[in-house]
Amino acid sequence: MAGRAVASSAPAAIERGARIAPGAALPIISLRGVTKTYGEGATAFLALKGIDLDITQGDFVAVMGASGSGKSTTMNILGCLDVPSAGTFQFKGVHVETLDRDQRALLRRKYLGFVFQGFNLLARTSALENVELPLLYRGDAKKARRAAAMAALDKVGLAEWWDHTPAELSGGQQQRVAIARAIVTSPAVLLADEPTGNLDSERSVEIMQLLAGLNRDSGITVIMVTHEPDMAAFARTIVHFKDGLVERVDTQHSPGQVPAID
Amino acid sequence: MFGTTLILALRSISRHKLRSFLTTLGIIIGVAAVVTMVTLGNATTAAVQKSISSLGTNILQVRPGQGFGRGGGGPRPPDFKPQDAVAIRDQIAGVTAVAAQAGASATAIYEGANWSTTVNGTTNEYFQVQPWPLVDGRYFSPIEEAAGKSVCIIGNTVNDNLYRGGSPLGTRMRIGGISCDVIGLLSKRGQAGFGGDQDDVVIMPLKTVQRRFTGSTDLKLMLVGVDQSYSSAAVQASIENLLRERRNINGGKDDDFNIFDTAQISATLTQSTTLLTGIVTTVAAISLIVGGIGIMNIMLVSVTERTREIGIRLAIGAVANEVLMQFLVEAIALSMLGGVIGLIVAQLAVLGLSGVMKVDYLFVPQINIIAFGISALIGVVFGYFPARRAASLNPIDALRHE
Repeated sequence: MAGRAVASSAPAAIERGARIAPGAALPIISLRGVTKTYGEGATAFLALKGIDLDITQGDFVAVMGASGSGKSTTMNILGCLDVPSAGTFQFKGVHVETLDRDQRALLRRKYLGFVFQGFNLLARTSALENVELPLLYRGDAKKARRAAAMAALDKVGLAEWWDHTPAELSGGQQQRVAIARAIVTSPAVLLADEPTGNLDSERSVEIMQLLAGLNRDSGITVIMVTHEPDMAAFARTIVHFKDGLVERVDTQHSPGQVPAID
Repeated sequence: MFGTTLILALRSISRHKLRSFLTTLGIIIGVAAVVTMVTLGNATTAAVQKSISSLGTNILQVRPGQGFGRGGGGPRPPDFKPQDAVAIRDQIAGVTAVAAQAGASATAIYEGANWSTTVNGTTNEYFQVQPWPLVDGRYFSPIEEAAGKSVCIIGNTVNDNLYRGGSPLGTRMRIGGISCDVIGLLSKRGQAGFGGDQDDVVIMPLKTVQRRFTGSTDLKLMLVGVDQSYSSAAVQASIENLLRERRNINGGKDDDFNIFDTAQISATLTQSTTLLTGIVTTVAAISLIVGGIGIMNIMLVSVTERTREIGIRLAIGAVANEVLMQFLVEAIALSMLGGVIGLIVAQLAVLGLSGVMKVDYLFVPQINIIAFGISALIGVVFGYFPARRAASLNPIDALRHE
């Protein structure tokens, strides 16, 4: 799987740990020597063996790798849902590894948006109410909440479906609602865990175009886990994981084009 | 933040209407049972007290004989003499009036209608000891009392049966073979505490009844009014001593008369009603606790069932306290909802049952407030454990939960 071809224009393999695009803006995310161990003693499992990774603001990053390669663990750490066992994780200069549970929750609330493979919308809850949810935790007034949620639904092209519950929406539509929920707070980073994993290829391309558009128009940093090279092709940077390490980082200069397959 | 959690809780409740209703059922039944029992208990107590106070408060009833259920054999103890009443009135401090009474059964007849009733011979002091207003007419005049004139004051029941809506005043009816002028009509009093119609009576001057009905000056009953500022127990003891002396009862011999304090009867009856209400309420309160455990049960199931939802909320940026509050507020809102429904059910039940039990509908604010408060408290107590469990979930595991 690692031996796949990337966009022919400039598959610039960068040394592990090196800065992406030197001279660009300061990285919004910076991992240094990050390890993660699950369990203790003899049964301990080293999921991450020392990750160094920088992600620049406004980048569109695809994270690839086989299961068990450490990409999910890394995503959990990037999403501030988990903390490294060792090493540092700076988000906008803040050392996340020093924050407690609630501080990380507040950081997520303010800067992060999540999109999951299984959509993870609240059942029996209208699209609008689902999108409103993060705003509720921010304590926005009802009017502002409604307006922002409707605007987000409009961005994903579902304004007319605001009063439908997830059961009344197709998979692609549900994922759009989930994206609207993720962007309604105007986060700095959107973390997407296999956002097209449950969708057919046509719906998948639509979702990717939506994410690429948000990245381009709103400048939101998108970090996406995917198994599919077709989807990764939409990203500007592709990070390959293998055996708990970053294997290599590729940069594509003309993302969005379907890469040629050998 | 509280507004947000309340919105979230209410949304969640309205999304699971059937489950919410079943959860609150325990609380509904508990609150309804407690409030119904206490309210009906209070109404019954009030009814008992009312019928006893219609006998008059601060009244000592003095009768010959050893009281209920005692003094089986031996000669019948003598009745009181008119001088006994005078002695009590004159010699004992704290006595406001003594109404001596003599009575007989007789048939009253007026224009072809006849009615079997009780003739009660007494003096105006009777109306002083236990106030009994007249609807119409007057009490006895001193001359009528002194001369034993043939005049009578009739009770409501007698009036209903003999006069059937017509006015009895100024008429002359026959009773037990004599004629008497009706000079007064008593107001309606209703049932006595132990049953029996207090309004089925014809009251005549004591002397008239003694002369025309009983044929002696003996008294079957003395009602002694006690001044509010005196202890009725002390007055009762004084009367007992005086009567023992007058009736020559010496040393260790038992009284051959008895004195009843109506206030004491009232207290005893109230006490037993209260006790009974307490027992039933305790049983009902247990169902409230069972209802609380029901809420805890459902909330625990709900936390497990909604693990993914909790994961989503945590990922979105809810802090642990917000998740805790959401589930806690949900539990409290559920139990308070149950409380409100329970209160409504209780009022309806009391309305229905008070008709059946023939007691007045009585709204007791305290018990409603207390029952509602307890239902809220149950939400807090039994909602806390599941809520804490929800708040302590790991977001990653929660999101992966199937």
